[in-house]
Amino acid sequence: MTLRRPARLSLRVLAIAYITILLLAPLFVVFWRTFEHGFGDAFDWMTTPAAVSALWLTLIIAVIAVPCNTIFGIACAMITVRSHGRLGRWLDAVLDLPFIVSPVVIGLALLLVYGQTGWFSALFADNGIKIIYAVPGMVLATIFVSLPFVAREVTPVLREIGDDQEQAAATLGASSWQTFWRITLPSIRWGVAYGVVLSTARALGEIGAVLVVSSNVAGQTLTLPLLVYQRNEQVGTGESQLLTSVYAAATELAVISLVVLAVMMAFGSRRSSRK
Amino acid sequence: MRGPARRPARKIARTTVGGDNPLTLGLVVLYLSLIVLIPLAAVAVKGVSSGLGSFWSSVTNTLSLRALGITLLMSLIVAAIGAVMGTLVAWVLVRDRFPGQRLLGTLIDLPFALPSIVAGLTLVALYGPDSPVGINIAYTRGSTLLALMFVALPFGVRAVQPVLMELDLEAEEAAASLGAGSATIFRRIVLPALTPAIISGAALAFARSVGEFGALALIAGKVPIASIVIFDDIESGDTQSAAALSLVLMIISLVMLVAIRRTGGRVVGTH
Repeated sequence: MTLRRPARLSLRVLAIAYITILLLAPLFVVFWRTFEHGFGDAFDWMTTPAAVSALWLTLIIAVIAVPCNTIFGIACAMITVRSHGRLGRWLDAVLDLPFIVSPVVIGLALLLVYGQTGWFSALFADNGIKIIYAVPGMVLATIFVSLPFVAREVTPVLREIGDDQEQAAATLGASSWQTFWRITLPSIRWGVAYGVVLSTARALGEIGAVLVVSSNVAGQTLTLPLLVYQRNEQVGTGESQLLTSVYAAATELAVISLVVLAVMMAFGSRRSSRK
Repeated sequence: MRGPARRPARKIARTTVGGDNPLTLGLVVLYLSLIVLIPLAAVAVKGVSSGLGSFWSSVTNTLSLRALGITLLMSLIVAAIGAVMGTLVAWVLVRDRFPGQRLLGTLIDLPFALPSIVAGLTLVALYGPDSPVGINIAYTRGSTLLALMFVALPFGVRAVQPVLMELDLEAEEAAASLGAGSATIFRRIVLPALTPAIISGAALAFARSVGEFGALALIAGKVPIASIVIFDDIESGDTQSAAALSLVLMIISLVMLVAIRRTGGRVVGTH
């Protein structure tokens, strides 16, 4: 149906206003507040030792978590698409869990298993291996929350492609590894790429689960999101007078996320044009 | 007469990696168990570990009950608003043409890319005590609603958008040629076609909002929120209460999950 001009315009204005009021204006205010007192101040807050190590830790955790979930995701997609019986659907349902369960519950769950008095304490804690309240726990939490993305993006791609080419390769004598590496992987690469981007965005931004499993000591086990949280707490108790510190850390995180969003946009259009 | 041609003696290699490969399957299941299934089971076990009576009393104490009630109510409201606004935005993205439309479409995914704590901070910055335009609704239910609307925004839009794109315009054109006005066409033809998608989007928004923590951590203040109560319990060492309330949230989430899948929706990933 085609609307008359006034109706069309009002809907347009409403939609744009909604996005602006909810997303754009608040984000803009954070950017503005960050640089309100000059670039120098903001830059100083972004380069404190705590901030630098937080950025590093965030990146390192993502660099561990995302490849793990990528390999898992591809394997999971292969099983979902190519196995018989209900296994595929069961796997598919389990993949929804990291998304639907609250992050603090995820943190609690990992604490109860890998913590000092957890189910696996005999394996880890009793042998002096610290998982919870240390970086390994944070990696686990990040893996949990960013788990489904690659699997979910690759599965429909794999399903659509079918295995004709792989069958042909096999009749020509290729081993299963060769087939996978030379034929399967290239054909799913855009699904993998988009899934990796989504996974990375999630891994970089995680707060709830990581907050529960980390020890919150500045400079030791703080990620950038945790730094934002901690600085905000400090402002509340008057330890740090300047709100700028909070905004600066948030801006850093926001800029990284916007870059990821841009990559998402680029890969997204590649992905749909290949379908 | 010759017999049928002999099969080549060469053995045909496995055609697929994974799929029927037990090693891959085993590793995938192990990965899922160690990271997802066993930890979640531990929460369920811990929740009822001091007996069902203790479970019940930790869940029904005043704070937990209030937090649950407010969280569920807020999530419901967000789902409803998200459904309406999501349909509106999807309409504008699909049926309209204007410069910057593609950019607007990408911005819808911002809540997916932006860390939830930054989302909460942006809302505090504009609508809190430090607001440049003098609006201060931080630490109230209103701000909680705003924060949840932020994180749930994409679901309402993305659920409806593809369905709207696939809609066959013939029915609408036929109705128009028979004299129906736009409102009637929307109500009688478009809306019924969109309803399953709208509901699916609303259910997703609800499921997302019920467990949200990061966006609310900075802006909720004294408003009791289930995830924040759980967090406080963990911090104070009361893992049993935390697990009990978590178990309730998990059950609610699972019910939503089943409902979403039944209506053909997807929680993560694209169609």
